[in-house]
Amino acid sequence: MLEKRPQPSKAWSYATPLVAVLATMLFGGVLFAILGKNPIEAIGTIFWDPLFGEFSFYYRPQLLVKGAPLVLIAIGLSLGFRAGIWNIGAEGQYIMGAIFGAGAGLAFYPLDAWYIFPIMVIAGAFGGWIWATIPAFLKVRFGTNEILVSLMLVYVAEQMLASVSLGLLKNPEGFGFPGSRNFQSYDSGHNAELIAGSGMHWGVVAAFIAVIFAYVLLNRHILGFHIRLTGEAPRAAKFAGVNPARLILFCLGLSGALAGLAGMFEVSGPSGVVSIDFNVGYGFTAIIVAFLGRLHPVGILLAGGLMALTYIGGEIAQSQLGLPAAAIQVFQGMLLFFLLAFDLLTNYRIRAARSEVA
Amino acid sequence: MKFTSLLASAAVALGLATGAVAEDKTKVGFVFVGPVGDGGWTYEHNKGRLAVEEEFGDKVETVFVESVPEGPDAERVMTQMALEGADLIFTTSFGYMDPTINVAKKFPDVKFEHATGYKTADNVSVYSARFYEGRAVQGHIAGKMTKSNTIGYIGSYPIPEVIRGINSAYIHAKKVNPDVEFKIVWAYTWFDPAKEADAASVLIEQGADVILQHTDSTAPQAAAQEAGNVITFGQASDMSEYAPMPRVSSIIDNWAPYYIARTQAVMDGSWETVNTWDGIAQGMVEIGEISDAVPADVKEEALAMKAAMADGSYHAFTGPLKKQDGSDWLAEGETADDGTLAGMNFYVEGLEGEIPQ
Repeated sequence: MLEKRPQPSKAWSYATPLVAVLATMLFGGVLFAILGKNPIEAIGTIFWDPLFGEFSFYYRPQLLVKGAPLVLIAIGLSLGFRAGIWNIGAEGQYIMGAIFGAGAGLAFYPLDAWYIFPIMVIAGAFGGWIWATIPAFLKVRFGTNEILVSLMLVYVAEQMLASVSLGLLKNPEGFGFPGSRNFQSYDSGHNAELIAGSGMHWGVVAAFIAVIFAYVLLNRHILGFHIRLTGEAPRAAKFAGVNPARLILFCLGLSGALAGLAGMFEVSGPSGVVSIDFNVGYGFTAIIVAFLGRLHPVGILLAGGLMALTYIGGEIAQSQLGLPAAAIQVFQGMLLFFLLAFDLLTNYRIRAARSEVA
Repeated sequence: MKFTSLLASAAVALGLATGAVAEDKTKVGFVFVGPVGDGGWTYEHNKGRLAVEEEFGDKVETVFVESVPEGPDAERVMTQMALEGADLIFTTSFGYMDPTINVAKKFPDVKFEHATGYKTADNVSVYSARFYEGRAVQGHIAGKMTKSNTIGYIGSYPIPEVIRGINSAYIHAKKVNPDVEFKIVWAYTWFDPAKEADAASVLIEQGADVILQHTDSTAPQAAAQEAGNVITFGQASDMSEYAPMPRVSSIIDNWAPYYIARTQAVMDGSWETVNTWDGIAQGMVEIGEISDAVPADVKEEALAMKAAMADGSYHAFTGPLKKQDGSDWLAEGETADDGTLAGMNFYVEGLEGEIPQ
């Protein structure tokens, strides 16, 4: 039987991510075995090959490329989540950041100037910020539910993405096909690798800065204290003079700006073009990353890396072992499932049931 | 005990042996945008892959990755295939165009084939099918069979490929039924059963008794079946599970002959950059069986048109044709050139509404 712990267990709160990963490997292995693949080979392919396999020289930089947007978005989300402010619409803010950032850059095309990229960065952050501020404002002003509003705005953003890909930002030299000019061939707006072949682009740098910034904010700054207090003890926060409206605007706005930055760095670098299918779910996956990382900046950094690993390793497993894409998705889903399941042990402990006399 | 260890070492030796043989195999990679079980676009490309395996047996090894998002993920998947020794890689979605070009630059010895794009390189070919020829046959059947004179069309995205299909279907429906009207709904998706079903229902409510679709799911077929007395056509795949009604025919993409020919070319060392745009004549576009719901005379006419396009005596875009704004496009007997068709961004005269921009 389960018994509530008087205090959440510190040990378990650190152990659950590891236990969840191990359980995912175990049950994932069973799943792969049922699909007729060698489970050890499959798990090895997913977790070992990208890091230490024959072609790891290519995959390691790719981990940075894949992980950076996840970390950048998850850091922003974690601040709000800690305060009980639920931004579920990072995917939409990511899209808007890309549209604003790319739009700002393309407005200068073909001008060659150093200030174009910084303007794109600011525009990208602004795009994400404004998109997240809509649910924040509605919540503060009318008490609407930010979960619903932010989520619904994802679909609005997707429609806008399709619209600009077909109209406003369409490549005039693209023979009528959808999609913008490619930033990879526009040097002033290109978020290129800082060292060729390293995977390090400005988005990766921004992700690392965000981790440090969030760590300092949470541990050394009064605002971080207010965020934690609001989440852990809302009544105490009220007495401590926390202004809930300001906190909502700050948390949603910041997470939106970071998601917008992620979108901007992606569109101007690895992706290169604004296209109808530009967004691939980073905004939603980042929610898993945030929780897998215990809403802690360093944890998120590790979780982002792990998630990127399962994506890249999953693709290798698909082409080498013929695993279906759905099996990899189930595998990733298990990770969150087991994390939430084992989280129970942080707050409860298992005791052998015995009959008690009332 | 000894016996089993003997077996084990034999198995290991065997494994090594097959590993050595694998070196001589031609490795062909496929990058798919959807799941292989989508019943439409990716399903047909995967059938092409299986045909390559069947044709060459032990001489070929195929690998594929499905549901690959267009963009950096696609670039990584292609790089991975090239690193692992693929000799030929088919990238089967328009959005893979720039990634294909990027990866092809890094691997000059690997041949790439990109579907439905327009950028080629020394080791990148492009290929697509003249689906609009199939649309002409559909338009003919639709024009003959509609009773409400309203034909619904579910468009995916307003891009040349889709606009070409709408124009082709409309021209041939109008030819046999001057009162016919097209209602076009843009779904802004290639594959989304819920959205496609909604679009079909809206069109049926507006009086359409024929639904043409340029999206890949069977949801519109299901919606038509429910409504009754509405006919549809399979898209990309035969969708014969909905025959004979509502699905009366279909356009099938048959990539197998092309995939086999290109794999053969790599094996022979005769591979060259080409820009392929094949239609009914070459078998890349097939017309699925016309069901008994279609009157015999209409079926005969449709098949005659198909035959005329196959032997080259008829072109789906033959003048006199005007553009929507009333300006002249093709003179009497003139046929459209491929350049105009490839970038088609206008409706022909008679179609209502504007192409969304």
